Amino acid sequence: MPAIELRNIRNYVFSNLNMKVLDGELLVVLGPNGAGKTTLLNIMAGLVDYEGTVLFDGIPMDKISTNERHIGYLFQNLALFPHLDVFSNVGYSLRVKGRKKEEMARKVNELLRLMKIEHLKCRYPRNLSGGEKQRVALARALATSPKALLLDEPFNSLDTEMCKCLRREIRQVQKTMGITTVFVTHNLADAEEMGDRFAVLNNGKIQEVISRGIFLLQSGEDESDSPAKFHDCSQCTIGCHCTSIEQDYESADSPTYCLPTLMKS
Amino acid sequence: MLGILPVMVFVALWEGIAQLNMVPQYLFPPFSSVMMEFYHLVASGVLLDNLLSSLVRVIAGFLMGSVAGIVMGMGMGCKEVINKSFHPIFGLLYPIPALGWAPLLMIWIGIDEMLPITLIFLCSFFPVLYNTITGIKGVDKEVIKAAKTLGASDRKILTTVILPLAMPNIFTGLRLEAGMAWRVVIAAEMVAIPTGIGALMMKSESLLNVEVIIVCLMVLSVMCLAFERFFQYMEKKITREWV
Repeated sequence: MPAIELRNIRNYVFSNLNMKVLDGELLVVLGPNGAGKTTLLNIMAGLVDYEGTVLFDGIPMDKISTNERHIGYLFQNLALFPHLDVFSNVGYSLRVKGRKKEEMARKVNELLRLMKIEHLKCRYPRNLSGGEKQRVALARALATSPKALLLDEPFNSLDTEMCKCLRREIRQVQKTMGITTVFVTHNLADAEEMGDRFAVLNNGKIQEVISRGIFLLQSGEDESDSPAKFHDCSQCTIGCHCTSIEQDYESADSPTYCLPTLMKS
Repeated sequence: MLGILPVMVFVALWEGIAQLNMVPQYLFPPFSSVMMEFYHLVASGVLLDNLLSSLVRVIAGFLMGSVAGIVMGMGMGCKEVINKSFHPIFGLLYPIPALGWAPLLMIWIGIDEMLPITLIFLCSFFPVLYNTITGIKGVDKEVIKAAKTLGASDRKILTTVILPLAMPNIFTGLRLEAGMAWRVVIAAEMVAIPTGIGALMMKSESLLNVEVIIVCLMVLSVMCLAFERFFQYMEKKITREWV
């Protein structure tokens, strides 16, 4: 049984979207800006209106409000609470659920250790670097032991080195905790390093879903036909083949993206 | 030191000019006479009695107006239906100066303690209301979404996220209106109430006692400043770590 399943989803972006995320896997959803990536996550989280059915472990979530869906959501801009210090940010979900102070302190300290940010617990978000904020946001999302983790392009504002480092850490945490994760991005390097499976989303439609093996094979051997060639040049952090990309770049409607050949056919 | 120096120069000039007797001292008394009068008023208890009367009115009216403004502002800031229902009414009432209500309120509620309290209520309510709405509407929507995904109910989001983040705006309203409340109470006491700093000033005017009037104005100035500074201090204390 898939951990997350979307059946016949319709709203202002999607006309009839079906999708499955397997238990414990990290599914990368690749797509250009405006493809509906964030909306997809918001549907799973119950943050936007939609028709159709969202199931978590086979249970319909449509009538269940966001605060009861038990999800961890890492927002694109991280959305840390500016008025709370790191400890309170991470412990927020435990506090609003009325957990005991001792239990909250134990859990928060555990997460701070896991994310290597124990020394920051008294700092406020405005005094944190981009990478530190990222770690705090992830620790906060994991605090309630969520059923699913939704990551919305969380590395956008980070430099290449920090990005690489956090990708590895998030992947490690996700594997260790075995949390079903949906990670949306338009960055090929993020996708390649993190995904178990890959879904290409464009114009509100899932164009194709492929396994990691096929994704790596295609991206390594046959770029001209690969969904992995879907690529944001400005965000490129791995070796790209600029000749073919430039060609697509010029012919694409959007000046930023190289659409996969698959989508153009 | 730089802040005190101009005040000391001003007082010295005031004392010097008054001592030259270019203007009769009953019209323009020297600073030393004003201080003597201040001492007499304090020693006799007249100043403190009247100050206490004004202070109680200011606190009562300001507290009620601010609480009502914050509660209503929370409702209007969070629920669009409440905002749309009340905004047209408040939009019409807001431009009326608080003292403009005085004649009508004299007829409706009479000339008693409730008159200055109601005037201060009106003077505090609208600015605090609009500042609260602005503060609440200015809270980052992503942060509210984040709180939802973390399991917070609407009530918890309001108390733990929206209200704290709207605090800087709410305090701006409180700080501005704290001084205004004193100006309004003085005016109300001058026209309608027999006790308070405003009433003391009017009595002194009829007796041509300029020293007492100046003492009252100085007390008013200090109280306005103290109230504004209090809210400034509270705002900094609450928000200094993150604003």
